[in-house]
Amino acid sequence: MSALAPERILLAAESGNHQTLTSVLFLAVVALTVGITFWASRNNKTAADYYAGGRSFTGAQNGMAIAGDYMSAASFLGISGAIALSGYDGFLYSIGFLVAWLVALLLVAELLRNSGKFTMADQLAYRMKQRPVRTAAATSTVAVSIFYLLAQMVGAGALVALLLGVDSQGLKNLTIVGVGALMIFYVVVGGMKGTTWVQIVKAVLLMGGTLLISVLVLAKFGFNLSELLGAAAENTGKGQAFLEPGLKYGLTTTSKIDFLSLGIALVLGTAGLPHILIRFYTVPTARQARQSVLWAITLIGIFYLMTLILGFGAAALVDPETIDPGGNLASPLLAEAVGGGDGTTGGAILLAVIAAVAFATILAVVAGLTLTSASSVAHDLYANVIKKGDVTDKDEVRVARIAAFGIGGVAILLAIPAQSLNIAFLVALAFAVAASANLPALLYNLFWKRFNTRGATFSIYGGLASAMILVFFSPVTSGKGADPVTGKSLSLFPVGVDFSWFPLENPGIVSIPLGFLFGWLGTVTSKERESEEMYAELEVRSMTGAGAE
Amino acid sequence: MVDRTTPSQDAAYERIRATDEFASLKKKYLGFVVPMTIAFMVWYLLFVVCSNWAPGFMNTQVIGNINIALIFGLLQFVTTFLIAFLYSRFSTANLDPTADKLRAEYDKEIR
Repeated sequence: MSALAPERILLAAESGNHQTLTSVLFLAVVALTVGITFWASRNNKTAADYYAGGRSFTGAQNGMAIAGDYMSAASFLGISGAIALSGYDGFLYSIGFLVAWLVALLLVAELLRNSGKFTMADQLAYRMKQRPVRTAAATSTVAVSIFYLLAQMVGAGALVALLLGVDSQGLKNLTIVGVGALMIFYVVVGGMKGTTWVQIVKAVLLMGGTLLISVLVLAKFGFNLSELLGAAAENTGKGQAFLEPGLKYGLTTTSKIDFLSLGIALVLGTAGLPHILIRFYTVPTARQARQSVLWAITLIGIFYLMTLILGFGAAALVDPETIDPGGNLASPLLAEAVGGGDGTTGGAILLAVIAAVAFATILAVVAGLTLTSASSVAHDLYANVIKKGDVTDKDEVRVARIAAFGIGGVAILLAIPAQSLNIAFLVALAFAVAASANLPALLYNLFWKRFNTRGATFSIYGGLASAMILVFFSPVTSGKGADPVTGKSLSLFPVGVDFSWFPLENPGIVSIPLGFLFGWLGTVTSKERESEEMYAELEVRSMTGAGAE
Repeated sequence: MVDRTTPSQDAAYERIRATDEFASLKKKYLGFVVPMTIAFMVWYLLFVVCSNWAPGFMNTQVIGNINIALIFGLLQFVTTFLIAFLYSRFSTANLDPTADKLRAEYDKEIR
C-alpha cells in the first residue's frame, strides 16, 4: 500500500495536486466500509438478521442510517449545485425533501413497524390475498429501486471522473463496475447489518464534511447571512433575482405547474420509498421507529440548511464559469476555495475530503437500494408467491443473496449504456412512482377498512403505470430539443424524435390522484370481504404493537 | 409470510378492538395526525404556490438581502421541527400508555 505512505500524501497535498489525495481517501472509504461490513456480518444467522438487522438497532442509530440512506449524492452535490446555479429555486428541493418526513412520522413509520415484517408488501399482505398483492408490491419496489439505482450509478461514474479530473470513458465504466461490485459485497456479505453501518458511517462523514465547509463559508462573511447572499447575487451577476423564486421554474405557466407537480411528488414520495420503509423494521418497537424518524428529521433538516449555505457559498466564492452545467462540482470547488484556493495545500485537502464524502454517500445509497430489491425478490416473490410460504430462513436468505447479485449485475449492465443518455429524470420518476403507487396502497390499507386485494393491486399497478406512461410521453423522454452548448439531446431519445403530448416533466400532479382513484375503484368493484374482517386485527396490531414481530 | 393468527389471537384482537380504550386511542391518534397533516400540507403547498404565483410578496426584502421567500422557506424548516416535536410529546403522553396497556393485555391473553 505504498500509495498510502504518509509522506506521499503530504507531498501530493503540498503540490496542490488533489487527485492523488482524493484517490487515497476513496480507497480509505472503501477499506473502512468493507471492514465494517465484515465486522457487522459476524452475527448474521436468521432471516430477521439478514433483512432487518435482527431488529437490534436503536432509534438514534436507525435515524442516522435513514439519513444515510436518504441523502443521496443528488441531494448533496445536486441541490447545492442547483442553488449555486439557479439560486433560490434550488432551495425548494430541500424543503420538499424535509417536509416529506412529516408524512412518514405521523402516518406511516410506527404503524408499519407494528404491522409488517421485512418488506413493504408484508404490511399489505397482512389482510389481503398474498400472491397478487406481493407480486404488485414487489414489482413497484423493484421498479422504484432500479430507477433510483440507475440514476445513482450513472451519477457515480460521471462524478468520480469529475472529482478526479480525468474525463475518460474507461474510468467512468470502471467506477460503475467498482461501485456495483462494492454494493453487491455490502449486501451479500453484510445484509441489513452491514448496509446499516455503512449508512451510519456515511451519515457521520457527510454531516461532518458539510458542517466543516459551512462554518468556513460563514466565517468568510462574519457569520452574516445577508452578506453571504449579497455576495452570491453579485458574483453570479444575476443580482437580486438570484435570491428570488422563479429563476429556473418561473418562466412559463407550464414550468410553474411542473414545479408544483414536483413539489407534490417530493412531499408524498418519501413515505412510499421502499428503501426508506424497510428501515423501520430494523428497530425493536414502534417507539424506536418514531425516535428513528425524529433523529432523521433533525439530521436531514440540519443537512438541508447547510446545503443552502453551500449553494449560496459556491455562488459567492466560486467562479461561475468553472462550475459544470449540472452543478455537481459546486460543493467540491467551494471546498477548494474555502481551503485556500486552487493549488494550495488546504484547498487540495478539503477538495479531496468532500470528494471522498460524496463517494461514501453514493456507496451507502446504492447499498440500501440493492438490499431493498433483493429483500423484496426473495421474501415476496420467492418465499411467498413461488413457494407459498413453505421455505426455511436459510433458503430465503440464500435467495436474497443471489437476488442481490442479479440486481447488482443488471444495474451495472444497464448503467454503462445509460451513461450516454439523459437520465436526470429518473430520481424524480422514482419519487413520483413511490407517491402514486405505494403511498395510496399503504394509506388505504392502514386507514380504510373496506380496502381489499383488488384495491391494492389497482392502486399499485395503476399508479405505477400512470407515472411511467406520463413520463414516457413527456418532454423528458422526447422532444425537448438539443442542449445549446453541447448539442446533446435534452430528452432520453435523440434530437428529432418527438412523440410527447404530456407537457409536464413531473407526472405527480396527475399520477398521484390517479393512484388513489384506481385504489378506490378496485376496492368498490370487488366483493371480497375477508380483508374487511381482518381489519380489526391490523388496526389493533398497528396501533398497539400487539403481536408485532 | 405474515403468519396467520390462531383463533385465540383472533379473539384477543377482536376483544381489544371492541374496548372503549382502543376506540379512544384511535380517536386521539387520528384527532392529532389528521388536522396536523392537513395543516402542514396546506402550509407547504401555500409556500410552493407563493413561490410560483406571488413574486411581489415573496421578493419583498426584510433585512438586508434577506427576503420573504427565504424567511418563508426557513419557516418550513421551523414548522417541520416543531410538528415533529409536538407529535413526539403528544404520543408519549397520550398514546403510548394506552398502547402499552392494551399490548400487555394481549400478551397475557394469548399466553
